[in-house]
Amino acid sequence: MSTDTLSTPVADEKYHGLTADQIEQLGAELDALRQRVLADLGEADAAYLRKVVTTQRKMEIAGRALFYLPVIGWLPAVACLSVSKILDNMEIGHNVMHGQYDFLGDPAFNSRMFDWDTVCPGEQWKYSHNYIHHTFTNIVGKDRDVGYGILRMDPEQKWHPYYLGNPLYAFLLMTFFEWGVALHDLEVENIVSGKRKMADNKPLYPGLMRKIRRQALKDYVLFPALTGPLFPLTFAGNAVANLVRNVWAFNIIFCGHFPAGVASFSEEETANETRGHWYLRQMLGSANIKGSKLMHLMSGNLSHQIEHHLFPDLPARRYPEMAVEVQEICERYGLPYNTGRLHQQLWSVFKKICRYSLPGGDAKVAPVRGPEAVTEDSLAA
Amino acid sequence: MSALISPPAPGGAGHLVGRLLRSRLAAALATPHGVDRYLERFNPMWAAHEVRARVVSVHRETSGTDSAPVATLTLQPTSTWRGHRAGQHVLVGVELPGPEGRGKRHTRAFSISSAASAPGEQFTLTIRAHDEGQVSSYLVREAQPGTLLHLSQAQGEFTLVESPATPTISRLLFITGGSGITPAMSMVRTLLRDGYDGHAGRRVTFLHFARSPEDQIFAHELAEIAAADNGVDVHLRYADQLFSEFELRRLVPDYRDTDTWLCGPAGLVELVKDAYTDPESSGGELSPRLRMEFFKPAVARAAAPGGEIEGEVSFTRSGATTAATGASLLEQAEELGLKPEFGCRMGICFSCTRTKSAGTVRNVLTGEESSLPDEEIRICVTAAAGDCHIDL
Ligand SMILES: Cc1cc2nc3c(=O)[nH]c(=O)nc-3n(C[C@H](O)[C@H](O)[C@H](O)COP(=O)(O)OP(=O)(O)OC[C@H]3O[C@@H](n4cnc5c(N)ncnc54)[C@H](O)[C@@H]3O)c2cc1C
Ligand code: FES
Repeated sequence: MSTDTLSTPVADEKYHGLTADQIEQLGAELDALRQRVLADLGEADAAYLRKVVTTQRKMEIAGRALFYLPVIGWLPAVACLSVSKILDNMEIGHNVMHGQYDFLGDPAFNSRMFDWDTVCPGEQWKYSHNYIHHTFTNIVGKDRDVGYGILRMDPEQKWHPYYLGNPLYAFLLMTFFEWGVALHDLEVENIVSGKRKMADNKPLYPGLMRKIRRQALKDYVLFPALTGPLFPLTFAGNAVANLVRNVWAFNIIFCGHFPAGVASFSEEETANETRGHWYLRQMLGSANIKGSKLMHLMSGNLSHQIEHHLFPDLPARRYPEMAVEVQEICERYGLPYNTGRLHQQLWSVFKKICRYSLPGGDAKVAPVRGPEAVTEDSLAA
Repeated sequence: MSALISPPAPGGAGHLVGRLLRSRLAAALATPHGVDRYLERFNPMWAAHEVRARVVSVHRETSGTDSAPVATLTLQPTSTWRGHRAGQHVLVGVELPGPEGRGKRHTRAFSISSAASAPGEQFTLTIRAHDEGQVSSYLVREAQPGTLLHLSQAQGEFTLVESPATPTISRLLFITGGSGITPAMSMVRTLLRDGYDGHAGRRVTFLHFARSPEDQIFAHELAEIAAADNGVDVHLRYADQLFSEFELRRLVPDYRDTDTWLCGPAGLVELVKDAYTDPESSGGELSPRLRMEFFKPAVARAAAPGGEIEGEVSFTRSGATTAATGASLLEQAEELGLKPEFGCRMGICFSCTRTKSAGTVRNVLTGEESSLPDEEIRICVTAAAGDCHIDL
């Protein structure tokens, strides 16, 4: 693999002053960490997943049942169902479909067979997320999660009067997040700009329609109907639970890549990446959220977005323990480790959404400590 | 089909519940996870579609050498079990406890040793514990009444073609070795249970090879069958009494025109195949009357890490084969003009996951080698380390 792009000044600045050798060393350290955890995977991970699934199922059943209690039951029902849907999507669905639990050999938790409780078919999500987003993380023009094809989230995205609506689009995306995710694969913005043909989407429609039909039938027809005269209340309750999940998922995910200090990359500078570079890009392109155990659980441990991007196929419950080491590695290499409390990261994202609705924007993120901070001694520590 | 959710509730209520759980309404309500994903949280023996079983009893078959003991497990399947034909096998998934098993489910095939079963009915597996065999050792040495197993439905075509009660059933010959006796035993048990008495002149010959009398599986029952007036001849051979065509000809003169079921270790299978190959025919044709089942896929060992790779990669779906080069299986498949699905080509997206049905592969990222059967591998970061079969 070529490393000559590194000798250019741009690359030096972009890669936080690390030399090609140092980047490879960084990669080797992260690989070693990965191997240690991989070798330790087993029963505890299986037990954890099963426990979360049991909790999720109980919440779901309780939620569905509580709708039979008019008035006093409604709010608890919505709460249970919201928690159930959040657990299903975040700690179970997202992680299982990353192949994190394929090693269990259990078809119920196999990434090829699993599907989740949202209108986006797992099959299509795995393409846009596991492949496109995780391979081309934060490469503007390649990673379609940068602004979801709707928002302007980076100064390198060319401004257009359309982006004046940035905050409004973000609000709508948050409200209808599951639909946004489901339609993500259709690449509507690329059709508008002529880069993609309508016909390219044809193969996606049947799977998408089938999933939408099933999800809508369950939440908006069958379960409400089963509560008889309470139909409207149950209908509304299910809609609210879906909304709660949408708002939560949107916020967690936006905190993972869009707070201040997260780097983006151009196609040219990532053209000849080595494994070490890829790791570095994942670290610089993600951000964490500090919080309690409950917060990590409810975010599917995407509060450890940095670790998730470094090791997307390792069980997410391992990220907190790995984070200690990743943070220490960042420190030694003089690299930023972007983390903050939920409200801080949200505020930062909010400001960005508003800022980029207008032309211009900050230049690229500058190195935090610069090359002189990293010496051979500090790396050997 | 009248399967209920088990244990069946009295008075037909279970029947109704079972019908309801398998209905389209239940499926729609449980979407996207499916009804079984909810039922199993309450009771692992409740199932609407999947098959599971509880071990009812474990019976030690051989008393002799302890190195490879054999045990028969009696299983109570869920009511979703559709029954089996004599000679079929079932895929058994077990979660092994302890650091060795590490919470993973391991899946292996085992022939059913009891007579043909009806839906929901108990059946038995007879298993030899291999010294380093993870699943067989666990099932023979550690499985207890109550242990839960995941099952497939019965599968395989190594079966009796006709009902044993039909008058047209012809002369039958079973040649088995070691634990390969199990499917043949199921067939003979089915014949005898269903009223076969051999008095119509169509005999059954059972020729079995075991290491020693102490290692003889079903010794007691085979002695009883041999002694009874039932038209079944039992011939047991031990240790150095190897298979010979000469002896077979003496027992069954027209063996090449006799329906034969063969199951045993590779050495035995080779000798028998030779005997069933007609030397007169041009290409050396194997008699179509010989049916075979293999317990162990015949694949070569991988080269030592770092050593020269030797072996053949077969992509079983397309039928293409190529010599292993050490390149990733994805690259090797593409060189052959196949178009497997892929995404990142670096092991993170799982788009390229395929099943390796047999053989040895090496993970190019970790150098880790693995020879487990029916293993899911990411072909973009996996290379053949010897012969291997990929479902592609
Ligand atoms: C259709 C079919 C039916 C079968 N029916 C039976 C049955 O009725 N009873 C029964 O005992 N087994 C049966 N087997 C074999 C069984 O599936 C397992 O392969 C065997 O029990 C060993 O599994 P393990 O997990 O214990 O060994 P593994 O952990 O898979 O292997 C450990 C070691 O044992 C070796 N090994 C694996 N399998 C065999 C083998 N069959 N012979 C010799 N060495 C082996 C491996 O090369 C390896 O070195 C059947 C197999 C098939 C394909
Ligand atoms: S192509 Fe992404 S894991 Fe193999």
